[in-house]
Amino acid sequence: MNVLLPLPLLMPLLTAVLCLLGWRSRRWQQAASLAGGFALLAVAVVLLVAVRRTGVQAVAVGSWPPPYGIVLVVDLFSALMVLVSAIIGVATIIYSLATVDAARENYGYHPLVHVLLAGVCGAFLTGDVFNLYVWFEVMLIASFVLMALGGERIQMEGAIKYVTLNLVSSAIFLAAVGILYGLAGTLNMADLAMKLRPAQGDGMVVTVSLMFMAAFGIKAAVFPLFFWLPASYHVPPVAVSALFAGLLTKVGVYALVRLFTLVFVQDVGFTHTLLLVVAGLTMASGVLGAAVQREFRRILSFHIVSQIGYMVMGLALFTPLAVSGAVFYIIHHIIVKTNLFLIAGLVSRLQGTEALALLGGLYRWRPALAMLFLIPALSLAGIPPLSGFFAKLILVRAGLETRQYAIVATALLVSLLTLFSMTKIWQEAFWKQAPALDPAVAPAPAGPAYKVAAGAAVALAALTVSIGLGAEFLLRLSSEAAGQLLDPSAYVAAVLGGRP
Amino acid sequence: MLFLVASGFLLAPLAPVLHRRWPRRAGWLLSLLPFSLSAWLFLHARHLEEGARRWVYPWIPSLDVALSFRLDGLSFLFSLLIAIVGGFVVLYASGYLEGHEHLGRIYAWLLTFMASMLGLVLADNLIALFVFWELTSLSSYLLIGFYHEREAARAAALQALLVTGLGGLALLAGFVLMGRIGSSFELSALEPQAAALTSHPLYAAVLLLVLAGAFTKSAQFPFHFWLPDAMEAPAPVSAYLHAAAMVKAGVYLVARLTPTLGGTPLFLSLVAGTGALTMILGAWLAYRQAYLKRILAYSTVSALGALMLLLGLGTPAAVKAAIAVFFAHVLYKGALFLAAGNVEHGAGTGELRLLGGLARAMPLTAFAALAAAASMAGLPPSFGFIAKESLLAGALEVPPEAPWAAWIAVAASALLIAVSLLVSWRVFAGEAGKAAAGAHEASPAMLVGPVALGTSGFLLGLSPGLERLLEPAASVVTGAPVPMDLALWHGWNLPLALSGASLAAGLLLYAGRKQALAALGALDWGRFGPAVWYRATLKATLKLADVQTRLLQSGYLRGYLTIVVATVVGLLFFGGLRRAGWQLSAPAEDPGAVETLVVLVVLASVAAAVVSSSRLGAIAALGAAGYGIALIFLLAGAPDLAITQFVVESLVVVLFVFAFYRLPRFARLSSPASRLRDVAFAGAVGVLMSLLTLAAAGSSLHEPISNYFGEWAYLKAHGRNVVNVILVDFRALDTLGEITVIGIAALGVYALLGLRRTGGGA
Repeated sequence: MNVLLPLPLLMPLLTAVLCLLGWRSRRWQQAASLAGGFALLAVAVVLLVAVRRTGVQAVAVGSWPPPYGIVLVVDLFSALMVLVSAIIGVATIIYSLATVDAARENYGYHPLVHVLLAGVCGAFLTGDVFNLYVWFEVMLIASFVLMALGGERIQMEGAIKYVTLNLVSSAIFLAAVGILYGLAGTLNMADLAMKLRPAQGDGMVVTVSLMFMAAFGIKAAVFPLFFWLPASYHVPPVAVSALFAGLLTKVGVYALVRLFTLVFVQDVGFTHTLLLVVAGLTMASGVLGAAVQREFRRILSFHIVSQIGYMVMGLALFTPLAVSGAVFYIIHHIIVKTNLFLIAGLVSRLQGTEALALLGGLYRWRPALAMLFLIPALSLAGIPPLSGFFAKLILVRAGLETRQYAIVATALLVSLLTLFSMTKIWQEAFWKQAPALDPAVAPAPAGPAYKVAAGAAVALAALTVSIGLGAEFLLRLSSEAAGQLLDPSAYVAAVLGGRP
Repeated sequence: MLFLVASGFLLAPLAPVLHRRWPRRAGWLLSLLPFSLSAWLFLHARHLEEGARRWVYPWIPSLDVALSFRLDGLSFLFSLLIAIVGGFVVLYASGYLEGHEHLGRIYAWLLTFMASMLGLVLADNLIALFVFWELTSLSSYLLIGFYHEREAARAAALQALLVTGLGGLALLAGFVLMGRIGSSFELSALEPQAAALTSHPLYAAVLLLVLAGAFTKSAQFPFHFWLPDAMEAPAPVSAYLHAAAMVKAGVYLVARLTPTLGGTPLFLSLVAGTGALTMILGAWLAYRQAYLKRILAYSTVSALGALMLLLGLGTPAAVKAAIAVFFAHVLYKGALFLAAGNVEHGAGTGELRLLGGLARAMPLTAFAALAAAASMAGLPPSFGFIAKESLLAGALEVPPEAPWAAWIAVAASALLIAVSLLVSWRVFAGEAGKAAAGAHEASPAMLVGPVALGTSGFLLGLSPGLERLLEPAASVVTGAPVPMDLALWHGWNLPLALSGASLAAGLLLYAGRKQALAALGALDWGRFGPAVWYRATLKATLKLADVQTRLLQSGYLRGYLTIVVATVVGLLFFGGLRRAGWQLSAPAEDPGAVETLVVLVVLASVAAAVVSSSRLGAIAALGAAGYGIALIFLLAGAPDLAITQFVVESLVVVLFVFAFYRLPRFARLSSPASRLRDVAFAGAVGVLMSLLTLAAAGSSLHEPISNYFGEWAYLKAHGRNVVNVILVDFRALDTLGEITVIGIAALGVYALLGLRRTGGGA
């Protein structure tokens, strides 16, 4: 375990270094990137199996005993998150091999992707609040450069908004870490959990928790802090925005879940009720935003916001079932949402645009692509028996069990509007005739690059279907993960070795 | 059993392949599946008398979801009809859409739909039932939108999906609540708990939610409007979904749940009341339509209303009638829809005005349609006659709460008799209409279905032994065996008299249709109808979405920053500090003279930076402020930090000077008002941070861990400078991350400049 635990962090960093060493050879970078992605995937699988077998594990980096040094901790939740990130990493790397242009690849595309993955995995694995901040910064700089890479005007505009609003988050985060250290005198999460647990209802602790809520809320793109997301996700190349769509906001959600189950449970009646209200507003606001968009990726971006609401809802309800629903939802959503972005890319590759008004005729000419779209789209809308339905079902059930009828009604209505959005894409891009194309002439067959890219999407779609049909498997994992989250004694014991 | 449900799903993806391989024979081949499924069901019919059979396949035990199926009288009757009609419809489609390039796809969706429907009526687990329920909605969306390049077809498909989807969500909530109250999702486990369920405080909510699902699906008022619009679908789809199968799902659900949720006054008034209203409204609307398929659609709405009315009444007589009417309706309405498809296909139009005298050109279709219409009108010896007799008998034998049931039943019957004449006599007999000239009879594949369904509906009234099929179904609903007597002749009695009266009234209505419409038709009900509400709701939602999105996602970074900062400040002021009771504490000791001086310098520099009228001046002033802060670090005993800060400040000033050298002259572009707002926001953030610092300073709960670092930095890490040891040893992982950040920043600058020089990416 000592060797295994840091690997999800080191593997992508090492891959990035390897890519940089072969800076002049595009082929080398591609090969290293792909190999690194698969290596990360393999490590993630092994890690999950190990955690399932032996429970929560911790490693003190540099062997400085906690809480003085930094610890890396892995429980089921973080192992699941690392695994799904690795899956997304591999899928987008394959997709980008076929789609990303040579200029971007020559200017550091692959190392940037892997540094981003390192930041993401670091955030999932760290057991230290300030170290979490560091990985957030790594993610931020890597994603900023990826977003701006290429230097197109629209990219710069999106990237500036992205980085500015995220820096506000960083500033709040850093200030919060400082004040928290002043209060508790420690940065180790397990130690914080132990030291702050007796401070039931302490006003200052709650205030600091609100700072964290705001900082992570910006990262997770909740209402009313989500603006950076719809402003920027449609500008970079599809592979990049698919990677972002899958992972970035979910790191914010992960941080919310981690801190608001482990550390900040002093005044659940206040903080988690606040989260519940935020969840409802986020769902509604995001889906309404999507309803008026007219471009493929813009619609999808607003839906990310909307669905963050469901995840926060699971956290806010704060019962074992609800938290396992949140975990399930996050995993389901990452796969589905990344896939939809990939498919948006396939569509715009075929027809040269993402504007719904100009698209059309794909159901007629590309039935396989149409079916490929339907799987994640319907899953997103929670249509059974796909993964999204069970995610929704768990949350609805948890909401009804805690008598939170308002949030359940919101969640259900929002899922109807999500369905509406997905049918809008379907009707415009797939059903109607393409306005610019001669309906009688079949388009040229797609090239090999398209097939490689589509292969990544097919794999993710297959995953969505199997999560749905075999929901029991992921459900069991996520309810075990929720059990660990809601009873942090195993986590604390793994880090502090059973000391009080 | 699993195979029975799954086979349709499995065969569906192969259908387009089969169609490509054998374009002419695929329909016949594919229809073998539904027919053999119905044969399988028939073979199991003899087990029905032994009671229900269950099959359980575990699926998601953590959520109490299992693929459990139950074959009893009710599910047997429904699944049998679904399979049989499905077979005829697949066959029919092969003729109706012969040569259409997407015929293979419609086979696939029809089979998917059939399988979903079978799953729906056979499922014993509520969540499994819901899964199939949603799959029927989804496959019907794809079927209604078959002519997807037509705007109207897309809109109709979407409307059906949204209306039934809304109901579906309510149904899900209702099911989850039911499962929670009864601690099981298995219907067979919930039925014995009926008393507990109906007396539970949440009963009304459960019932309303479940009925919302059933009513939207079965096109009950005020959700009936999606059904006529769905006539954009090709005829086989209409016949299957909108006559035989999907719209019956709601009826099935109400029948299925009657033993569990029924028998209360609320159930009676909601189900029977809605049913009665839908029955009469549908009949009237059918009467005034001008297009064949829309007439049929509204008459279906009316029949669905009748079924709900009868199920709502819930007496044994009414339930028997419901089962009989259901059976009759599937046969005659399926036949009529298919016949209408033949008319549209053969005569090229479905507009009533242009039709007439088609019997000569289309004798077999005419025969099927007339037989079916006789059953619809309830003429002896058709099975429709028996159904209508029992309908009237059921409506007469009502609880005192619903004395209106019989009147509504008679009035609606009269209208439907006129309607049945419209769709048969008017079209096939009499003078030749404009469209009769080029009309031709349909192909064999298109005749098998209507003729078989039409004649069987007509002749089954004479057949003995039908009780054995219908009685078990009725018994499931009532929960006790109900003997059925399906004889044509019951002697002179009140139902017969009413039947005769409605026949006479129907003939009158048919003869005087023009006058009646002229008199009453001037009222344009459509303006107030629920279709208008639907459109208004959709429009209002989009309007709301537009306004809120414009407001929030304005496209201006300053707008975003304003909202984010305001939210954070508000949250921390009111949710944080104020709620905590402003636990501010003054610093322990007064600042010395030097500190005070430095702070004053910092403040003055900041003020200078704000008011300065030149860039260079502002930068210099900011640099001074930075130096001041570095001095504070120095005074507080952190020389490393101070030195770093000095270096950074100097560098930043130098870099800024270089960067500004190329910029245009400094100009104030913001208005005084916006400057004032900026002052307010900046001030709020500053005040907030100060307050937070003051509050935090006084509320330290634990000793900091930093003592450890001082103690061990030299002894264990062999470094004299504690800060350095922290950076490179105690917290080396942080430093690794920060080095990465700097490396990536450098890479980013290089890439941005390099890519721009080479002309940018693609």
